[in-house]
Amino acid sequence: MLYAILCYHSEDVVGSWTKEEDDAVMARLAVVHEKLARDGRLGPVARLLPTTAATTLRKDQDPPLVLDGPFAETKEQLLGFYLVEGGSLEEILDVTRDLAAANPGGAYEVRPVGVYHPGGGKP
Amino acid sequence: MTDIAWIEAAVAGARPKAISALLRYFRDLDIAEEAFQEACLKALALWPQKGPPRDPTAWLIFVGRNAAIDVVRRRSREAELPDEAALSDLGDAEASLADRLDDAHYRDDILRLLFICCHPDLSATQQIALALRIVSGLTVPQIARAFLVSEAAMEQRITRAKSRIAKAGVPFETPGPVERAERLAAVATMIYLVFNEGYSAPSVDGARTRLCDEAIRLARLLLRLFPAEPEIMGLAALMLLQHSRLEARFDADGALILLDDQDRSLWNGAMIAEGLALIDKAMRHRRPGPYLIQAAIAALHARAARPEETDWQQIDLLYATLEHLQPSPVVTLNRAVAVSKVAGPAAALAMIEPLAGPLGSYFHYFGLVGHLLLQLGRPAEARQAFDRAIALARTPAEAAHIRSHLDRLAAEAAPRAIAASAI
Repeated sequence: MLYAILCYHSEDVVGSWTKEEDDAVMARLAVVHEKLARDGRLGPVARLLPTTAATTLRKDQDPPLVLDGPFAETKEQLLGFYLVEGGSLEEILDVTRDLAAANPGGAYEVRPVGVYHPGGGKP
Repeated sequence: MTDIAWIEAAVAGARPKAISALLRYFRDLDIAEEAFQEACLKALALWPQKGPPRDPTAWLIFVGRNAAIDVVRRRSREAELPDEAALSDLGDAEASLADRLDDAHYRDDILRLLFICCHPDLSATQQIALALRIVSGLTVPQIARAFLVSEAAMEQRITRAKSRIAKAGVPFETPGPVERAERLAAVATMIYLVFNEGYSAPSVDGARTRLCDEAIRLARLLLRLFPAEPEIMGLAALMLLQHSRLEARFDADGALILLDDQDRSLWNGAMIAEGLALIDKAMRHRRPGPYLIQAAIAALHARAARPEETDWQQIDLLYATLEHLQPSPVVTLNRAVAVSKVAGPAAALAMIEPLAGPLGSYFHYFGLVGHLLLQLGRPAEARQAFDRAIALARTPAEAAHIRSHLDRLAAEAAPRAIAASAI
């Protein structure tokens, strides 16, 4: 079984870290990542840009509604995620609209990825 | 991270929300600040033992408010006429605390707080100083260091700003849509002033750099409150893209390195990615404002892996749009740089020659005139322009930069002079 480990934290707090504090956290995480990678158990790791960079596509309307800002509906749960490469937000929103057409209800949040490690596991 | 470091980060993160909520209760900047201070002391004492609360901001507001109510009650007992109306008002507030802690309320509270800091009665430097003290929680010595003034002078500046605001009488009602739009624009300007105060530092300097980080933090805060404002996205993007070049802007001796000569591998990729993402979002609104256009210009530089790959044509077009939206000689001067790349130095020089009047005491004007004259093979006139630029330089780095041109001109002129005398 593969497990997804989702990172949650207060953005107010993380945003208040100095560069030194942030670097220190990332360095400590890298130690954990390296061990997992050596064991061949590490998949992709992504750190998302702040929620201010997020766009949300709500699927409960036709055509779906594109909104600025993060997904904020606490009655819905995170059921999965994609990593998709694209040259612009418009391009990714087109992909998201295709996904939305195939999968009604709920919403997709588009969050640019800040840091990406492909992991040490086999493809 | 240690307990104390965690608490400091949580308190710094909660500060704008907590101070602005406390300001709404007490309608007095000093009491709000004292209340928050008091709550922070209690947090430092209690959180390491009991663990952090679920919602640190709500905790700080609640505890701060109770502490300040005690003080207000004590003071009002000492005073001859206890203000019963004010006290019963506070009682009501307590009952609806949970209600008031949603983002819609924070939004108006924080906007009100920022708006108070950029009150039109205050000078720009007072506005910045007050925002850094009240909203960002920088200490007076920290702010004084950033502004290169003494602590006493800065303390006085902030105290005067506060008393001026108290005298001016600030409305505390929830702002209407028009007022809110006006406030947002004033707040955006103030945030950009904070940023520029840091960005125009003569060298990489921790205290000044911190102002840039703080301005970006405030812009992100505004964006979380107003997620669909393209100009605020543009402002945040502009600051992120400019700040991303921090490590590349100065050489080991502290001299300024021009954009074309910067080592682009030193640019901060995460900041550039965030800036570009914000511009992408903002462009979807199709109402570009001045910050967004300036951010788009910065983005074209950021997207070029090497200086030769810069899309000057597009930059020229963006500056033309900016000139149209916000005509100013400085914008035209900046556009002339793009014009010199697209249409050559003669066209650029013709464009800026009429600006000699309005920009007659502007360092960058004579710097650019000198550069263009050099490119046109007119070294004697270039030297005159550089001489005027160096007299107008505001920082040693600016002066050193122009000095290097003058030295090169002198070095080139010297052999020719010898040759001439030989004939």
